[in-house]
Order: sequence, then C-alpha cells, then structure tokens
Amino acid sequence: MAEIRNYTLNFGPQHPAAHGVLRLVLELDGEVIQRADPHVGLLHRGTEKLAESKTFIQSLPYMDRLDYVSMMSNEHAYCLAIEKLLGVEVPERAQYIRVMFAEITRILNHLLWIGAHAIDIGAMTVFLYAFREREDLMDCYEAVSGARMHAAYFRPGGVYRDLPDSMPQYTVSKIKNARELAKLNEGRQGTMLDFIDAFTQRFPTYVDEYETLLTDNRIWKQRTVGIGVVSPERALNLGFSGPMLRGSGIEWDLRKKQPYDVYDRMDFDIPVGANGDCYDRYLVRIEEMRQSNRIVKQCVDWLKKNPGPVITDNFKVAPPSREGMKSNMEELIHHFKLFTEGMHVPEGEAYAAVEHPKGEFGIYLVSDGANKPYRLKIRAPGYAHLAALDEMSRGHMIADVVAIIGTQDIVFGEIDR
Amino acid sequence: MASKMEALKSVVEQVLGDRLVQSTLAFDELTIVCKAENIVEAASLLRDHAELSFEQLIDLCGLDYSSYKDQPWDGPRFAVVYHLLSLKHNLRIRLKTFAPEDDFPVVNSVVGVWNSANWFEREAFDLFGIVFDGHPDLRRLLTDYGFVGHPFRKDFPLSGYVEMRYDPTQQRVIYQPVTIEPREITPRIIREETYGG
Repeated sequence: MAEIRNYTLNFGPQHPAAHGVLRLVLELDGEVIQRADPHVGLLHRGTEKLAESKTFIQSLPYMDRLDYVSMMSNEHAYCLAIEKLLGVEVPERAQYIRVMFAEITRILNHLLWIGAHAIDIGAMTVFLYAFREREDLMDCYEAVSGARMHAAYFRPGGVYRDLPDSMPQYTVSKIKNARELAKLNEGRQGTMLDFIDAFTQRFPTYVDEYETLLTDNRIWKQRTVGIGVVSPERALNLGFSGPMLRGSGIEWDLRKKQPYDVYDRMDFDIPVGANGDCYDRYLVRIEEMRQSNRIVKQCVDWLKKNPGPVITDNFKVAPPSREGMKSNMEELIHHFKLFTEGMHVPEGEAYAAVEHPKGEFGIYLVSDGANKPYRLKIRAPGYAHLAALDEMSRGHMIADVVAIIGTQDIVFGEIDR
Repeated sequence: MASKMEALKSVVEQVLGDRLVQSTLAFDELTIVCKAENIVEAASLLRDHAELSFEQLIDLCGLDYSSYKDQPWDGPRFAVVYHLLSLKHNLRIRLKTFAPEDDFPVVNSVVGVWNSANWFEREAFDLFGIVFDGHPDLRRLLTDYGFVGHPFRKDFPLSGYVEMRYDPTQQRVIYQPVTIEPREITPRIIREETYGG
C-alpha cells in the first residue's frame, strides 16, 4: 500500500476569489478540507498606531479606509466614541442624515457583496446589475462630500455640511450628445433628497430582479444550501455578529437593541435565518437591503420637512461658520486652535459600537486628555468571522471555501487594519 | 439605564467576590479589573452565571500604559482589555487585567471560555508581546513573516526599524534600516483642566 499523505494548497494572496489579500493555507485530503489556516496581515497598515500620533480629526479619514466598501459606517462608530467621551449633543437633523447615510452605506455594501458572492460561485450577471445601483448611491456620496468613496463626511458632533440643494449634472462631452444628456440628467433636476427619494421608489423592484436571478436558481441553491452551517451556540461562542449571527437564527441587531442616533424612531424589521447556512445568510442580507430602503425613505421624508443645524455649535469640537470666523475674534481663535492643535478629549475610556453592514463594528477609545487618542482599538466584525473560517470549512470541498469566504463578506481593510 | 448598570455592578461584585480588584462606572459603561491569576475563573463566572451570561467576547486587546499622560507610569505596564456582551440581558461589560511582569507579560488564555479569543489573543501577542498561557496556537498574525519586535508598544517608533525594497544588483527584495525620519506635524499636548476657561 502506498502511503497517502495530505496535500497542502496555497489559496491566494492573488486569487480573485480571496477578496483581496487573503493567503489561505489549505490542508487537503483529496478534495476535502482538513484544515484551513488563513494568513492575514498583508494589508496591515497599523491604523491604530497611526491614530495615536494624529489628532482626532486627522484620524477620521483613516476610518474610511478600514472597511472600504462601507466607509461611512466606520466613521459613524468613531464619531460616536468621541462624542461619548466629550458628551456633546448632536443636532437632530445631523442624526437623521447620519442614519440615512448609514443605511445607504448598508445598501452599497450589500450590493457589492451580492455581486462579488455571486460572481465567486458562478453567476456573472448579478454583478453588473448591482453596480448599476451602486453608481447612483455613490453619486449621493459624491454630492454630499466630494468623494465617491472615502467621504470623511461624519464628524464628531454632527456631519461636515448640510445636504446640497441640487444634484450634480452630466455635461456635454465627445461621447455624450444633447439627447443622451437630457436622459441622464432627467432624475437630477430636483434636490438631492428628491434623487434619493426616486431611488427608494425603484430600488425594491431591483431587489426583486436579483432575487429572480438567484433565489430559486438551482445552481445557486446547490452551491449555498447546507454549506458552512453554524449553529446558534457556536455563532455566539465564535463572536459572530450582524448577518452572520442572524443567519444562524439569533435575533440581534444593535439598531434595535442598543439604538444610537435616531434608530429608535425608525420603523423596520430584523430578518432572521433558520438553518445558519450560506443560503440563509443570503436571504437575510437581501431582506436587509429592503429594510434599509425603508429606513432611507423615512429619513428622506423627515429631512424634507425639518431644516436645522447639522453640526454642534460647541466650537471646541466643530469649527465655527466661515462668516462668524471672519467677523468675530472669539470664533477666529476657536478656528485657529481647532485646526492647529485639535480638540481635547477628556480623560477616560469608552466603547461605541454600530451595526455595521458586516456585523458589530466597535471603537474602543482610551484618552488621557491629550489632543490625540492614547489607544484606539478597532473591533472589526470580519476579523471574528474569518477566524472561524477553519471551523466553517472543515469537511467541505475546495469549491465550498469560496462560497464560505463570500458569505462571510470579507474585506481586508478592516481585518488587517 | 443608569440604574440598570448599577444593578449589574452590584451583581458582578457579589458574583466575583474577592477576585474583583476594582469596579468603576463611567459613561454608562462598567469597567471591572481582575487579577491576572483569576482571569479564567472570572471569565467562566461571567459567562455562566444566570444573571450575567456574557455569552460573547466581542473584543480583546492589549494596552500599553507606559507613557500614559506623558508621565512615568506607576504600576504594571501591560493590560489586557476584554469587552463582553450579554445578548440575553442586553448588557455590556469591560473586563481588564494587568500582566504582573513588565519584562515578560503573561496572562492566562480565555480561548477555552470563548473561542473567539483565539485570534484576538494572537493579535495582542503579536502587537504587544503579551504571552497568553494555554493558547493552542500562539503565532504572529498581522505583522510580516520573520518580524522582530512588538510594534504597538509605546517604545516602538512609528516608522519602525526596517524597510523593504527591491535591490536590482542582488535581484531580490531586501530589508534595510529605515531611511525616513519620524516627523510630528501636530505635537501631542495635554492641557490642564482649567485651560481656556
């Protein structure tokens, strides 16, 4: 008898299904996985260490670059942690804007996830449709912050500025004639809120379209049903959160259980899975998109009716208005101090968590009273999920690893930090 | 809400007894400090006691107090901070423990209590050099293969010690001492409490 030995396979770091820079060492018995050892850290930038040498505002754009498909949700947790220590009050309108953008971000994230997950396991089309909708939402990002992805829009004490009165228009170019232009700009005639409102009207039919492509698709079900099953007890012990936890049948959503900003005034439901497999997690995320759409709609309706300030008037935290700064000595000094030295956060420690599209994203902030954090710990949801990859993939085939990585919604920006 | 945290505080004090060194309520969060030798015992009690049932370890991280407030730190330098979540009672708690020795910080591992501690402890070992006794697989996780030192300690420079580049003569990637100087644009300042009125 020949001696049979296990086979070791390197999966990644350049594999397209590794979602970035995952190096996965797989120990195989034939095609069956015996052990999966993820090697992470190829995208480690030391964000937490960098934040210790930057002022609180200077570190804010780093948050966008953690989970780079749900930028504003990361900023949200960071701002909440600072606000908790400072004890500043956030204006109501700013809270609504934040909730609206947090939900737009959730839709953005889930759209990318559904596209990437589907393309990983063989369905090309969904990706193209998902990116069509992402384009509209990224235009909203751009209109409000100037950047399509790394927005740096949420600030401690509110948001950077109010929503614009108009949407940017397409202009004539070599490839766009006037008739085409009129068609492109058709939905952009009103305010930004009108544009978002129109999006929320048509988005549910788009979600129906994705569902026609996937939900009853035989191949999709063969690839996801019964794959990567996690029991509720194991999900808790492994530190799962977000859709990964809800897919296993545990009804837990920080937006409902520990509401922050104005989530307690929103009307939405929490979808829960039954079997804890990839298919259930898919259904949970699809339903989350519909629920997010509902929340966005409610925010739009409120924001249309209620103008007001969007950032705190505490000038030790947020800059004064340009106008005041040019005519008032006191405000000039505040501006100067804020931008040369930054804000001082009182001594103490706080942990603030948000329901990030991927799970519980938390910021643990230790301040010793300086203008820079003493220690900033980022609790990334994907980190705990990827740590469980070994357990989830044991006994499955190689092709199922791809499905499991997809269902975990891995992004290395937040895992490696 | 405040009374809920105070109720939790008294329950925790009762359950942990003399394993508890200190408990503080601040910003509506409860922080408790335990001795390093009792950490596993305290963790199991927090998880299994019916009135607490902290089923989830949300986060675990190292903390280096050596330059706190820009003054010499009096006391153990390294701390491990655990963030726990109870889904049943909708409560959070922060558990902290200090490693007794500064030169070779050792804390018992809680992987047996919460499996999610596995990677978090590997990270704390990698970045702070805190050794978790009883951890099944304590390897470096985030830093490069063959990395020397623990980068998140306060005495480790922001720019590190080595940099990597491609050497055309040797036709391979080499490590060399860093050529950049660390520079600080905004200095770190701690103001007295009454500063600026």
